[in-house]
Amino acid sequence: MTLPLPGPIPTADENAILGQVATWLDEGRGVALATVTKIWGSAPLPVGSHLAVASDGSFVGSVSGGCIEGAVISEALDAIGDGRPRNLEFGVSDEQAWAVGLACGGTIGIYVERVG
Amino acid sequence: MKTQLFHTLQDLRRRHQPVAVVTNPLSGDQALVTADEQQGALMLGDEALTRVRQMLGEDVSGSIDGLFVRVYGPPWSMVLIGAVHIAQALAPMAALAGFEVTVIDPRSAFATSARFPGVTLIADWPNEALQRIPPTARTAVISLTHDPKIDDVGLIEALRSPAFFIGALGSTRTHARRKDRLREAGFTDEQLARIAAPVGLDLGGRLPGEIAVAVIAEAVGVRRGRRRQRP
Repeated sequence: MTLPLPGPIPTADENAILGQVATWLDEGRGVALATVTKIWGSAPLPVGSHLAVASDGSFVGSVSGGCIEGAVISEALDAIGDGRPRNLEFGVSDEQAWAVGLACGGTIGIYVERVG
Repeated sequence: MKTQLFHTLQDLRRRHQPVAVVTNPLSGDQALVTADEQQGALMLGDEALTRVRQMLGEDVSGSIDGLFVRVYGPPWSMVLIGAVHIAQALAPMAALAGFEVTVIDPRSAFATSARFPGVTLIADWPNEALQRIPPTARTAVISLTHDPKIDDVGLIEALRSPAFFIGALGSTRTHARRKDRLREAGFTDEQLARIAAPVGLDLGGRLPGEIAVAVIAEAVGVRRGRRRQRP
């Protein structure tokens, strides 16, 4: 079942995440932005949630409440390197997602892009 | 995302203008769409543009025809009347819960950035301040001073606005007297029922931090469509 959680995403959180992206860009660091594009079943965070990653591995925000962050950060670092966007999908039926620990029972689609 | 597009996005968000970033997830091409403009490498046809603007109006992100639409809606804000002790606890909690916080107090000794680091402060009377930054349907206004001279003019301004939540600190007795004064100012009981008082969920807390938790909890609940019934 498709369940795009309705409702607003708090703006102050956006301010903090996108503000950090701006700071990293000012400092001349490579930056990638990951965004939740789809969720099926129960997923911890709504569509649109952001995780921003800097080239040194620092990150702010979240796309899953923590369970798949590590895998997404690693893809984000690759995207900073080669500039190509990535479409990731994690779910319980997915061996990789199980390995990284998406315990919440849902499936999440994530878009990862380099900023700059 | 191109640097230029990112900076334009930030600029529009700073000006509280609703904006959508539309992405072709395969090519990475993007368009930035507002109510009356579009820019970027991705060119949207009329039909797609209409659907994106509909999502913009509804503040909903999602996919259409293989494109991902991320909508950045207008901000949620919380205006605290009274740069008092409870406000010092409430301001950072409100920021964490996704509100842009403004603190208003005409007493400049209270409204100092040393007491409220990183918070927008207005050292002016609440009615004058709220006329400069009018509350929207995404604004909560909460009066905290216990001083009718300061609270009442702010509440009057809030009642004339579409603010989604209006709260006032003070006991039930204090609120009864407040309602008497506001009735004299011309408000009906139905209008005054918009004021949640004493503001906050009934947690039994006494410390400023405990009261702040109760207040932010009620505001978050109302934002999500849950309204506390008062006796």
